[in-house]
Parts: sequence; structure tokens; C-alpha cells
Amino acid sequence: MKSQKEGGLMTNHSSRNAVIQTFKAVKKRQQIEKIGYFIASFVLVLVVWEVGRATHLVNPKLFPSFAAVCKAFVQFLKDGTLIAHMYASFVRVLIGFSLGIVAAVILGFLIGWFRVIRLIVDPLVSFFRALPPIALIPLMIIFFGIGETSKIIVLTYASFFPALVVIYQALIGLEPIYGRAAQTLGVNNWEMFHKIILPQLYPHIITACRVSLGVCWATLVAAELIAAQKGIGAMMVEAQNFFQMAPLVLGVLLIGAISLVMDSIVRAIERRATAWQEKRA
Amino acid sequence: MEQGILIEGVGVTYQTASGTFEALKDVNLKIEPGEFISIVGPSGCGKTTLLNVLAGFLKSNTGQACLDGNPIKGPGPERGVVFQQYAIFPWLTVVENVAFGLKLSANKTAHDRIDEIVDHFLELVGLQDFKKSYPKELSGGMKQRVAIARAYAVNPQVLLMDEPFGALDAQTRQFMQESLLDILEEEKKTVVFITHGVEEATFLSTRVVVMASKPGRIREVIPIDIPYPRKASVKTAPEFVKIRAEIDKVVREEFQKQRQ
Repeated sequence: MKSQKEGGLMTNHSSRNAVIQTFKAVKKRQQIEKIGYFIASFVLVLVVWEVGRATHLVNPKLFPSFAAVCKAFVQFLKDGTLIAHMYASFVRVLIGFSLGIVAAVILGFLIGWFRVIRLIVDPLVSFFRALPPIALIPLMIIFFGIGETSKIIVLTYASFFPALVVIYQALIGLEPIYGRAAQTLGVNNWEMFHKIILPQLYPHIITACRVSLGVCWATLVAAELIAAQKGIGAMMVEAQNFFQMAPLVLGVLLIGAISLVMDSIVRAIERRATAWQEKRA
Repeated sequence: MEQGILIEGVGVTYQTASGTFEALKDVNLKIEPGEFISIVGPSGCGKTTLLNVLAGFLKSNTGQACLDGNPIKGPGPERGVVFQQYAIFPWLTVVENVAFGLKLSANKTAHDRIDEIVDHFLELVGLQDFKKSYPKELSGGMKQRVAIARAYAVNPQVLLMDEPFGALDAQTRQFMQESLLDILEEEKKTVVFITHGVEEATFLSTRVVVMASKPGRIREVIPIDIPYPRKASVKTAPEFVKIRAEIDKVVREEFQKQRQ
């Protein structure tokens, strides 16, 4: 009875399905369009690149052709150096990023929960947050040498602070009404934490991952440019030393491409985890 | 044993920048089990403060409120609350929302009973076809019915409703009022209902409490001697119109006083 009253306000079943079908078709077309523009924008860059060289707007001796970069890519891929460099970079980011995020989640909760910790940590966070991770590299090299330890510490630092700020802001900004509603249903402290607070925080934790991953990656390349035998940054320094322009440009393109791929992956996870949220356009 | 709600000498004061603000002063009220009490009055008369004391969100500075002789010390599942902003959990589906309270360690419900109870109350509020929907897919009226089902599911003795239909349009509001009476007809509860609408209060209640402000206190308690079940048509009946006008008059007086 009651559902009919409210159900009657909607369209009937078959026409509702038709609406959903049309909606899906429109969405699919928009997606294809989006991919088209995505490709077009990169083609545009390529055209500007080659036209620039052909018209000597940029010095063709200093700036390699796209074909030369592709050739370098294939050659490096074949002799295995590219994989080795990328592997070294990935492992560093993965370890540094993971350590940083885990620490940020834990400290974020402590700050959000305990006032005393918040009061003590808050000024420190403001200070360190403003300090670019790259500024720590020389110090870390002196402390820990040019090995992996110094790089991983810098990367952990790089991912820790942006994530901490996002998580702690999210905790402070939680809607109190859900906690109240849960209390009237009889939650205990543990249930309040994992059934009410955590679900609201997941989207923010993923946002924190996205921000941190970006910072981490940027810092990694800087660290590798300064001191490393392996890694994409190291590959670029080597190319620079021997004035090999194609591998140098290849390095730049790779860094951009990898960032893009990583960000897309995190965004895909984000979409899944936040399906329940009302989307703000 | 059910003794209902006893509010004795409840006073709540806030410290503000400009001094002490008396949100409630010496409020006394006895609510019998199964009664439907509406509280109306101008903004700032302490309606919501009183509800928050009953819900256990707020401690009174003087006096106390008891349920069945036990002083209210904090929020608890024997007093369900329905909020104006719905407050159903947006990350859970309709079914998960209604089952939420039943799965807590405070309400030891046998697992096979949970499905049964949830189905029962979803049917009672007419949402059996929206089990797997997320709140964002529901209209305001539907969200509020999920909230009512969720509150009902843990079988509280008392339902505290804070302007639950305040955010709904007039049509939905009318429909929700009738639905609420239908639900109460099936599953009797003691209800304390905050509203701005005198008509709504008159239609739903066994008694209407009119509050006055500065300090927040009870001005008058008006019994509504119209038998249940009530249908929307009762709103045009002479006895309804008369009581409603009477309550309106008191509320308007309080509103005028507040403006001076």
C-alpha cells in the first residue's frame, strides 16, 4: 500500500528501464568522446614537438625527434636497463609511500582522538608540512649515505605529511550526527570506531593516498637525480653526462606516464570505495 | 514494569559570552506509556534541548528525567531517536541501515532473527522494494522512513522525534503523518515529537505541550480528545479545528512575547 503511493510518483517499470538504457548509452558515448580527446591532446603535443624541430624553433641537435626517443625506448627495453631502472624506482616509491601512509593513518587517528596529542603535534605539523622533502636529501645523505635508506626515509617523509593533514582534517570534519544516531542504537567504543568512523574516513584515506603518491613520485626523481646508481632519475643523469638527448627526454616522458597511470589506478579504487557518496559536481 | 517518562524540575543553562542562558527552567512532565506527546513553541523555547535531555545527549543542570524510574544518564537503545536531518548512514544500504542496531553487541539478536525483523519493519514503512538501495537514491520521505524503521528495529520503549518531517514538502509530510500513525497502530510506542506545526501536533498527539521561551519552560499542556485511528479527514472536523485554534492562540501569544 504505502510503497505504491510513493512508487506511483516514479515512472512505471518498463519506461524506467528505458530511461536507464538511454542513460547508459549517453554515458558510453561520453566515455568514447573522452578517450578521443585524451588521445587528441597527446597528438597535439607531438605535432608541436615535430613542427618545432622542423622549423628550427627548437634546436634539432638539442631536442631529439619523437622517433629517436621511441628508438631509445625500444633499445633500453631490449637490453634490460629500462626495466632495472623502473624496478628500482618503483620499489623505493612503494616502500616509502606505504610506510608514510600507515604512519599518517595511525598518527592521524591519535591526533583526531586525543586533544593533548593534537595540541603538541599541530605546530610541528605546520612546520614540517611547509618543508619540502627535497630539502632533506642532503642531510639524509650525510646521515645515512647514498644507499637506499636515505632515499626511503625521504620518501616516507614525503608521503607522510600530506596524508596526515588530509586524514586529520577529515576526522575533525566528521558529521557528529551519525555518531549520535549510532549512540542511540547502542554502539560501544569499538563499534563506533570501525562501524561509524572508519567507513566515513575511507574516501579521505584514498584521497590522502592520491596526494601522497604524487608528492612521493616527484621527490623520488629529485632524490635519484642527486644520488643513485639505478632508477629513472639516475638513468637521466647518466644520459645527461654523456649528452644523450633521446634517453633524457625518454626519462621525462616515462615519469609523466607513470604518474598518470598510478593516479588513474588510485582514482579507479576511489570510485569504487565512494560509490555511496552523493557526488558534488 | 513500564512507568513511562518522568521529567522532574529539569533545568539546563548554557554559559555564553553575554552571560548565562536559561534554555530550560523547572520543567515537569509525566508521560504515560503509549502516549504521543508533541512539543510546540517558538524557536529558542528549549524544545530540542528537552529532547536532547531525554535522548541523553545533554545533562540537565538541575532535576532529572527518568524512564521507568531509572534516571537517564546517556544515549541508549531503549530510547530511539529520529532526527530532522535523517541521519541514516549513507555508506550502508537500506537493509544494512535497519539491521545496524540489531548487529551491535548491546542488542544480542539471534542472526536468523535479524533478517526477519528487518523485513518486518521495512514492510511496515513500505520500503521492501528498496532493500539494496543506498540513501542517496532515496527521496527525503523514504530516507525518514528508513530512519523510523532503524529506530523501531531495536525495539525501543520510547521514540524521540526531533522535527522529523520538517524538511519534507507538504504532500509528503501529510503522507508521513498518516504513515506514522499507521505504524504506531501496529507497534505501540511512547512518542515525544518536536514540531513547529500546530496542525501536525494536533493530528498526531494525545497531548500537546506548548513551551514558552526566556527561560524555556512549559506554558500549557493541552489534551487532544479525538479517538484513534485518525485519518487526514479529521483535520476538517469541528472538534479538531477548535482544539487546533486553541493551541494556535497559545503558540501565537508566546511568539508575540518573544518578539517584544
